[in-house]
Amino acid sequence: MADTTTNTALSGPRGPKPRKRLSRGNIILYSTLFVVCVYYILPLWVMVMTSLKGMPEIRMGNIFAPPVDIEFQPWVKAWAEACTGLNCDGLSRGFGNSVRILIPSVILSIAVASVNGYALINWRFKGSDVFFTILIFGSFIPYQVMLYPIVILLREAGIYGTLWGLVLVHTVFGMPILTLLFRNYFSSIPEELFKAARVDGAGFWGIYFRIMLPMSLPIFVVAIILQVTGIWNDFLFGVVFTKPDLYPMTVQLNNIVNSVQGVKEYNVNMAATLLTGLVPLIVYFVSGKLFVRGIAAGAVKG
Amino acid sequence: MKLATKLLSVTAIVSATSAAAVDLEVTHWWTSGGEAAAVGKLAEAFDASGDHWVDGAIAGSGGTARPIMISRITGGDPMGATQFNHGQQALELVEAGFMLDITDVAEANNWEEVIFPPALLDACTIDGRVYCAPVNIHSPEWLWLSNKVYEDLGLPVPTNWDEFVASADAVRAGGKIPLALGNQPWQSSLAFGALQIAVAGIDAWRAVNVDKDMDVASGPVFAAVFEAAANARALAVGSNVQDWNQATNLVITDQAAGQIMGDWAQGEFQVAQEVAGTDYTCLPGLGLNAYLSTGGDAFYFPKLDDPEQEAAQKRLAALLVTPDVQVSFNLAKGSLPIRGDVDLSAANDCMRKGLEVLAAGNLVPGGDMVWTPDTQTQVADLMVEFWKSDMSAADAQAAWVAILQND
Amino acid sequence: MTTASKRPWLLRNINAKIAAMPMIFTTLVVFVGGTAWTVIYSFTNSKLLPRWQFVGLDQYERLWSNNRWLTSVENLALFGVFSLVLTITLGFLLAVLMDQKIRFEDTFRTIMLYPFALSFIVTGLVWQWILNPQFGIQHIVRSLGWETFTFDPLYNPDIVMFGLLIAGLWQGTGFVMCIMLAGLRGIDEDIWKASRVDGIPRWKTYLFVVIPMMRPVFITVLVITTSGIIKLYDLVIAQTSGGPGTASQVPAMYVYDYMFTAQNLGQGLAASTMMLLSVLIVLIPWAYLEFGGRRNG
Repeated sequence: MADTTTNTALSGPRGPKPRKRLSRGNIILYSTLFVVCVYYILPLWVMVMTSLKGMPEIRMGNIFAPPVDIEFQPWVKAWAEACTGLNCDGLSRGFGNSVRILIPSVILSIAVASVNGYALINWRFKGSDVFFTILIFGSFIPYQVMLYPIVILLREAGIYGTLWGLVLVHTVFGMPILTLLFRNYFSSIPEELFKAARVDGAGFWGIYFRIMLPMSLPIFVVAIILQVTGIWNDFLFGVVFTKPDLYPMTVQLNNIVNSVQGVKEYNVNMAATLLTGLVPLIVYFVSGKLFVRGIAAGAVKG
Repeated sequence: MKLATKLLSVTAIVSATSAAAVDLEVTHWWTSGGEAAAVGKLAEAFDASGDHWVDGAIAGSGGTARPIMISRITGGDPMGATQFNHGQQALELVEAGFMLDITDVAEANNWEEVIFPPALLDACTIDGRVYCAPVNIHSPEWLWLSNKVYEDLGLPVPTNWDEFVASADAVRAGGKIPLALGNQPWQSSLAFGALQIAVAGIDAWRAVNVDKDMDVASGPVFAAVFEAAANARALAVGSNVQDWNQATNLVITDQAAGQIMGDWAQGEFQVAQEVAGTDYTCLPGLGLNAYLSTGGDAFYFPKLDDPEQEAAQKRLAALLVTPDVQVSFNLAKGSLPIRGDVDLSAANDCMRKGLEVLAAGNLVPGGDMVWTPDTQTQVADLMVEFWKSDMSAADAQAAWVAILQND
Repeated sequence: MTTASKRPWLLRNINAKIAAMPMIFTTLVVFVGGTAWTVIYSFTNSKLLPRWQFVGLDQYERLWSNNRWLTSVENLALFGVFSLVLTITLGFLLAVLMDQKIRFEDTFRTIMLYPFALSFIVTGLVWQWILNPQFGIQHIVRSLGWETFTFDPLYNPDIVMFGLLIAGLWQGTGFVMCIMLAGLRGIDEDIWKASRVDGIPRWKTYLFVVIPMMRPVFITVLVITTSGIIKLYDLVIAQTSGGPGTASQVPAMYVYDYMFTAQNLGQGLAASTMMLLSVLIVLIPWAYLEFGGRRNG
């Protein structure tokens, strides 16, 4: 459904108006884009359609066909009834936890990374490039490899198994890419501004809060989007560094999808999948424009 | 950690005022239909005894759940109790002093007398101290057959592996998959293990797995095992599923004739409301050598440094072995109880067969007890490669012997 | 430049240094410390828990004679090359298309970008489904009348890595496209005007003028894409669990399995040391190029 509407919406206004030299090139252009969009939309289409079908209809076969009878039961079940072990309250149990993990993690990781980027560009000190290089190296380390050392670190710090331990882990692993983005962004802010402020006697924090911060809304938007996505989708850290009363939604998703009660309930799996992805999806749909503007403003210059 | 203990003791105090009930978090990976029902029985019994079972289920069997358990225990924030396959898996955690010694519970409840076969308690005992409570016996060496597939084809239901292989062509011609096999590595490994006992026989099996006699492992008896596995490989072509219970489901829905799977598959048949003997048939030891290896699940109790909690852990340990819990749990899970003195009149056809094997003492130690997890993983890797490629039986045998030699 | 005595040098820029403490801590303690820990224990025979029992290069010898590991490395190399080349070229081409002052740019962009909001677990599951021969694309095409049509990448060991690639590209190219698009928007209009005046064809302008100007963009993309490739794990687990057979095993899976399932920490750490080493081989020359030249600037 979604792809056909894009199609008509596309060809509708395109045809009549700019008739001149745009025609042939544009047909190729738009049909390429259209094909690309089919590739991108197909999985979402399948997910939504499947989640609205009953199991008998799914067994009939065609996963691309829209449902004959629309069923909302899979969504209800995924949210409130699906069993994971003994707890039969679906994803709803983890939603609050995911929010509780998300908010401090996003704030802390972005605060730290933005200060990093600022210090790396405007207040270079000896060795700052070395730290930056190590940070980039850090972005390549597979998370699984770091489980043991982090368990040891958190244990020694006495915060293993707590919300703050997890927040810290997210901050650490979000740092490389975020710092890279902020560093690139701040380097595009004219140095004259910075120098003028220094002449006026502003210090490190003064410049950060009064000049840099107000100018960096776009890159903050990018950082927020990246972190919301990454942290919301995290499974490994959430499950290893917390305990059941703090488990994020992805743990329930894993339990619903991976624990097969006899027949795999594909419709419930898909509904659960969509529900879990809803928060980042909404963030993307709402802020897509800001996202590109943010990246355009920053991630790009270096 | 301090904060956590504080919180824990706060909850302990709060609950102490209400009849000394203690919340105990229990981690396990039992999330499939039959498994969840069985865990429910344990939780019910524990709650009924006045404490509270906090469920920490993590789907994805050992691979997902185990890192979590190990991290939490070494991270100093352990759960109240955790499932492990007993044997060598938890050995190091015990040696490092992370686990609660429950010898007093074992003595008070006379585990030495009641737990049968005694090998189960031995697997929990390290240097004379008991560290885990076994809850069930699982034997992987079963062949599950769909009666309907054979009835539809007008064939008798096979009574052993050889007949099963002989009938496979007819099954294939009838448009069914002869052997359902999931893609996960351990399933190929399990099928191979079952073929070992069935084809090689008990003496050769012991020679290799217990006495580690590599001459036998590379000899003609085991060459036959690998030939049988190569045959089975051909029979499994066409079963494109991942999970073991999806493969079982192929048998339940009569799309496949049979599956080599542990006795836990029975829980799935039960959830699907199939009746043993009429809807499906089970053959312990693949019908050739009715020997079963007795692996199983056990609960370990990490040290918590809190007397209230510790008392609750010991109450749980004692509870798990009591006859009532044993009966209700194992009936739901389709596994065998760890004590011989319970009344299993409610047991179905398949469990009875298992009980007979058990009573006859036709038991061998489970894979977790005789080989290290490292060796088992390597064998599993090899088996996956073997089952999903055209590796020759002889090559596979040579590679297998090389892995065992390094154990 | 650095001949000044230590104290004033330490004190200079003190606020910046304090502010950078979290970063310094993270790099030194977590990344360097964690890596050192990994390397050191890869020379031991640690089983479930880390312990000091030095065995020299045993773990590495075993690693490099292990079929599964060799397959994993091969697979990752294959996936990595294709993924990197395709992500960057497709991302760039899409960005160029999007930069043609098209209508509905927002809609197109959102459509291409949304998969990035979904986790690899979800991506893997959906594509596992679409590529399943029994009810996915193959089934549909066959039911349309083309009976012999075969498209089962996830069940064919020879092409399973491409099945993963389809899903990986689906998830990642949109994001790369956005970064590239942003880069293109950052190019001065005057450049285009100048090249038009000189009569240089558009493709030549892109190839020889625009792309070199977008170097930082390509570096950002390279870092993000490569780090994703090396960490490839969730997608494989969700889509194929490394199968059929060992045909889609990747190094991160080997590491994880040996650390936790096989309880052979030493072996798992040896494998991860090899992974980190390969990253360093790429990264150190880059750091030299990036910072070596500008030190004094």
